[in-house]
Amino acid sequence: MSQGVGVVGLYVRDQDEALQFYVEKLGFRVHTDAKNGDYRWLTVQHPDQPSFQLGLFTPGPPILDAATAQTLRESVAKGAMPPLVLVVDDCRAAYERMRTRGVEFTQEPIDRYGSVDAGFRDPSGNGWKMIQARKAS
Amino acid sequence: MTSSQDPELLRRLLRAKDRMDAASHEEWPVDRLARVSHVSEAHFARSFRDAFGVPPHRYLLTRRIERAKALLRETELSITDIAFQTGWKSLGTFGRTFRDVTGESPGDLRAREQAARHQPEPVPACILSAAHRPNLTSAVSEKRRQEAGDINDAAEKKEVP
Repeated sequence: MSQGVGVVGLYVRDQDEALQFYVEKLGFRVHTDAKNGDYRWLTVQHPDQPSFQLGLFTPGPPILDAATAQTLRESVAKGAMPPLVLVVDDCRAAYERMRTRGVEFTQEPIDRYGSVDAGFRDPSGNGWKMIQARKAS
Repeated sequence: MTSSQDPELLRRLLRAKDRMDAASHEEWPVDRLARVSHVSEAHFARSFRDAFGVPPHRYLLTRRIERAKALLRETELSITDIAFQTGWKSLGTFGRTFRDVTGESPGDLRAREQAARHQPEPVPACILSAAHRPNLTSAVSEKRRQEAGDINDAAEKKEVP
């Protein structure tokens, strides 16, 4: 595939903390970690999804003014950012593995008509649903 | 006007909100919520309301009603079972609050939803359920008072297809 969405970014409160979370607790890999003055372009990647990068960005200068950045930091901390979905083969196994690593779960795995979903947050407050799709019969 | 709040505090308040989401059938007195957020009881309710726009107990109420609606829709559980499973101590309080918040009784909602039963929508069920959360911008008692005032006009018109 040569066309499509390449990067979607999240706002995080601290890029080092986010990097550690997505790499060590979720098993993502670093794709790009490039500093340019105060600005740091940081993206990670799911090991099974080489065409997509998840950006981990802090709201702030030089892109945003201080007041806007503060508003965004508050929104992230309140869990007000849009939903994120992580697709997994085995939700319960992933839940056990991630919980052992200290991921903050907001919802234990629940069966819904054959699909299983759980919920967790990253340290900043971004909320993820982790979904195991219904088996095709 | 809500002034800006410390993101660190907001993150901890979010944890209390998450805990209510995960177990809305449990009792959530302020001291328990305050402990989750590591703030004083005196500080908690005000901070929570500033952060999320509703007092913590009204938020809990919306979550209980949301769950009750899902159970009415998706299960064959009796209304009494649903009332107790979603955290109410009395069937009467459940029925009254449910009607105040949603505008119809639990039994009517179930009948209407079951009549209109349709295919699951292509939205993840967990997210769909949050989207159907009642939007409780005023206290239930206040809502009750307001509706008593205009029960004959606006509230009725909405029901006409």
